[in-house]
Amino acid sequence: MTNIAETKNTDAGQTLEVNFGPQHPSTHGVFRMTVQLEGEKIRGLKPVFGYLHRNHEQIAENLPYAAIMPYTDRLDYVNALSNNFGYALTIEKLAAIEVPERAEYIRVIMAELARIVNHVAVIGFMLNDLGAFFTPLLYAFRERERILDLFEEVTGSRLMNNYFRFGGVKRDLTGQNLAAIRKIVSRFPAFLKEFEALLTKNEILCMRCQNIGILSAEAATNAGITGPVLRASGVNYDIRKVDGYSIYNRFDFKIPLGQKGDVYDRFYVRLLEIRESLKILDQALAAIPTGEIMNKKSLPMLKMPRNLKPPAGEAYGRVESPKGELGFYVVSDGTPQPWRYHVRAPSLINLTLLEEMCLGQKIADAIIILGSIDIVLGETDR
Amino acid sequence: MNIPIEEIKKELESRLPDVKLRLIGNSLLIENADDLPRVALFLKESPKFLLDYLSSVTGADYLTFLESVYHFYSMAKKHGPVTLRVRVTSHHPKIPSLAPVYRSAELQEREAYDTFGIIYEGHPDLRRLFMWEEFQGYPLRKDYEQEDAEVLEVSDIAWLEARGIKIPAEMKEKAKALYAAGQRAVAHKPEKPRP
Repeated sequence: MTNIAETKNTDAGQTLEVNFGPQHPSTHGVFRMTVQLEGEKIRGLKPVFGYLHRNHEQIAENLPYAAIMPYTDRLDYVNALSNNFGYALTIEKLAAIEVPERAEYIRVIMAELARIVNHVAVIGFMLNDLGAFFTPLLYAFRERERILDLFEEVTGSRLMNNYFRFGGVKRDLTGQNLAAIRKIVSRFPAFLKEFEALLTKNEILCMRCQNIGILSAEAATNAGITGPVLRASGVNYDIRKVDGYSIYNRFDFKIPLGQKGDVYDRFYVRLLEIRESLKILDQALAAIPTGEIMNKKSLPMLKMPRNLKPPAGEAYGRVESPKGELGFYVVSDGTPQPWRYHVRAPSLINLTLLEEMCLGQKIADAIIILGSIDIVLGETDR
Repeated sequence: MNIPIEEIKKELESRLPDVKLRLIGNSLLIENADDLPRVALFLKESPKFLLDYLSSVTGADYLTFLESVYHFYSMAKKHGPVTLRVRVTSHHPKIPSLAPVYRSAELQEREAYDTFGIIYEGHPDLRRLFMWEEFQGYPLRKDYEQEDAEVLEVSDIAWLEARGIKIPAEMKEKAKALYAAGQRAVAHKPEKPRP
């Protein structure tokens, strides 16, 4: 819990140094920050990392390429499928593996479902931080559960999916699965309507969130902030559109942008992004072709993973994970293990400007600002 | 959208003639590490490239040298990546920091310092990011030796004994011997770690 570390007198008045975390419930894990307080106002904030550090990169450098896939699930454990996507994309770039059409569609469908899971959970947790204790979160979790049930049926696991393979996916979507996804997609707008009726014009939510934690577009760009936090500041940058990786350039969807870059914008941009994801899902479900789900050439590699030896070289692959730009930098030396494996974690880099956003705000606002950035400690600390 | 690396090299050579560049694959190696901030600032400000977004900073160990790799993109023009790399020896691993130009380098350079021991000069707050301050060694370097978790240190034993936990005499002697020799307990490593 919050404990008072030390008090000291300065010329400006009395400042109090308070340690938040690593066990504070609002830090979404084991994140710690040391906050300098003057009364209730924040005068300084230093994040402290590393409580969940397990040297993911070194573990990966001692494993064959295929064996790293389940470890990527543990990066951002709220939506493992996006991490799988980024890693699979990078190795396919490195080893020049092609992906069949149907597998691409399945990937996009699963990744967008994971995005919806992430965004509803984030909104729920953010309202938890606001003090709307568990009511909105359980509304959100009711819908999340339906998608997780589907994940369990398709991938075998609710959270640690380990679903993507180099050159395809592990298991095909059956007609029954597709029908279940269609049902989820068709009933989701009703839930969003209910959610919005509860929240978007709620007076307390508006008072607490508007004009809090403002982030300007220039500062956000310079600090490498990505994902919904960047778009809430009004920068039109979505890797799905910019890179058009996989088959995202075939779908028609908009990029919701915020105006002010405050906490409310970040909350609302996520709600709108769920609607855009539903649009992509609608189009993908209508157009999904029949055919292979695995590249035939990479099938033997599934059985003997040490046979995958990408040619010496390097690749940087990135995807728009729900948290921001998730990048993988892999260097191959022609052996079955990567020489260098690096993860560019959006949760970590989005915290660069946490202090700037919190300065001059009240201590209670720091908690919502942190909640609105949406971090997962598995990815931040790696 | 991708910009050809040759075009950038040509532009850099005409604008900054004293910077030595070398093409490696699809990336540019800056031969003298001190030129890095100048090159980065030029690429950031030049209206042709406008690389306003430094996506990733990565350290890497290639046994004979340490490398720092930078991936730039442009949010305004929506192109990239442009990959720059800088090489230093592991005895003198000093690279000028990009944090004053790009704030996004701040935490990532701390990470590379933590795991590879690359010293980014001019960084506003260069501390270890994940590991604690007293930690010795750089865990992602290829010559890093894993610590033996079974062996206790003298300070650990003092801490445990102060709390009434009994430690076998054998363990205490081993800790004392290591402390006297000024060595860390290193885990047993297979002869050939990589095939």
